[in-house]
Amino acid sequence: MKKLKVLVVDDEPGIRSGIIRILKNFSVGFPFMDEDFCFDLIEAATGEEAIEIINKEQMDIILLDNKLPGIEGVEVLEYINKNKYDAMVMMITSYASLELAVKSTKNGAYNFVPKPFTPTELKAAMEGITKHLFLKRMTQKMNDEDKQVKFQFLSVLSHELKSPINAVEGYLRMLQEKQVGDNVEDYMEMIDRSLIRMKGMRHLISDLLDLTKIESGEKTRELAEVDIYEIAKFSIDTLEPLALQKNVKLYFDAPESLRLKADRQEIEIIFNNLISNAIKYNKEGGHVNINVKDQDSFINIVVEDTGIGMSTDDLAKLFHDFVRIKNVNTRNISGTGLGLSIVKKIVELYNGKIDVSSKPGEGSIFTISLPI
Amino acid sequence: MKTKEKIILIADDDTDQLSVMEANVKSFGFNVCSVQSQKEAEDYLEKNKPDLAIFDLMMDNKDSGFILSYKLKKKYPDVPVIIATAVTAETGLVFGLDSQNERQWIKADTYMEKGIRKDQLHKEINKLLKL
Repeated sequence: MKKLKVLVVDDEPGIRSGIIRILKNFSVGFPFMDEDFCFDLIEAATGEEAIEIINKEQMDIILLDNKLPGIEGVEVLEYINKNKYDAMVMMITSYASLELAVKSTKNGAYNFVPKPFTPTELKAAMEGITKHLFLKRMTQKMNDEDKQVKFQFLSVLSHELKSPINAVEGYLRMLQEKQVGDNVEDYMEMIDRSLIRMKGMRHLISDLLDLTKIESGEKTRELAEVDIYEIAKFSIDTLEPLALQKNVKLYFDAPESLRLKADRQEIEIIFNNLISNAIKYNKEGGHVNINVKDQDSFINIVVEDTGIGMSTDDLAKLFHDFVRIKNVNTRNISGTGLGLSIVKKIVELYNGKIDVSSKPGEGSIFTISLPI
Repeated sequence: MKTKEKIILIADDDTDQLSVMEANVKSFGFNVCSVQSQKEAEDYLEKNKPDLAIFDLMMDNKDSGFILSYKLKKKYPDVPVIIATAVTAETGLVFGLDSQNERQWIKADTYMEKGIRKDQLHKEINKLLKL
């Protein structure tokens, strides 16, 4: 059980002890909370005392009487508001006027409980304020985490964009200074490498656009009956030249005409990424099996390669943004590190599932199931 | 000691940036040993002591450069280290070595943002090697 600190501010000892008696053994729980909340009660007889306590110790909830001997409850509320103190305030007062209500609400009071109140009324008010506090803090936490994720993405992205620029800039400066002499031929490799890096950047930009499309939500999706067989075939034809270059054979097995309500472009992205990976990370003379079939109201896509495979450690982080498996075998393979993360996001849009199994040195099998 | 006898270890997982850096450092007259991963750099440092090291920050790990600097300084406290990276201030990630606090956990002598000019690099190496 979690404890919330509740500060009870009232000049009448009877009211304070009454509140404490009611709330001492009371707890609040809602289905969406991991655990119930109970209350740790602290007393203050004046506004001045209340301010002293909140300056020393973090309070979660403050039950505040307005009519106090020194400074008034509303002034305490103003102080809390001005200092952006993270606590929920509930006014408890018998002198409730419209003017006070407006002033309190303006200064961020969550609720009013008129005196005298019954134990049930106080408990109901505490349930409301606890729920509100919980949701407010959860939202804050989620926003912070979201910001953190975006920040990390951007810092890695800037790194990924700058790397090719730095590489090309480095080569250009070597050319400018004629660092390896006057023979143009000696610079050809630098030029080739620069062009390769530019191509990599182009891929990164196109992957980023795919990612933006997915993350922009339903707005830009065009759902229609599409033919999975035909999309797979199209993707295989597009990637055939790459397979020829690597001397990798592509085998395709699927019943003609397999229909699914989907965004054509998204399904294309799935096939393009899985098949191009299966080719890129394959061995010279290897092959790729692409299998599509419908089974128990699912469309199953299986892409199996005879490539370099991955370790269990590599598999764990495979679907994260900008993750590229770096080792001696992958050194000369280019990629943006976004492909599989994009595929996973698309599969999730269809409430589907993606699985991978792999053996180092033998190959990998990617399986996607999309509900029809 | 003349530059010819000095060995500079360069670690960068980006082949192109590594070869540009290597060409530049060689043109200053130093000997260069270049490696492409944190692991290879660690292996090299097991058996060899370079006169200076230049580490890329993000390699096998996002903080490979820091890890390498730490390990190198533990074994050879007198070998200067330059961390070179494309991670930059625009994203809020700043790893300067200006404050005492930063110096404590980043065990490098200099931090340089990539796109480093050749003359800048030359000056920095000479300064660190007291040439």
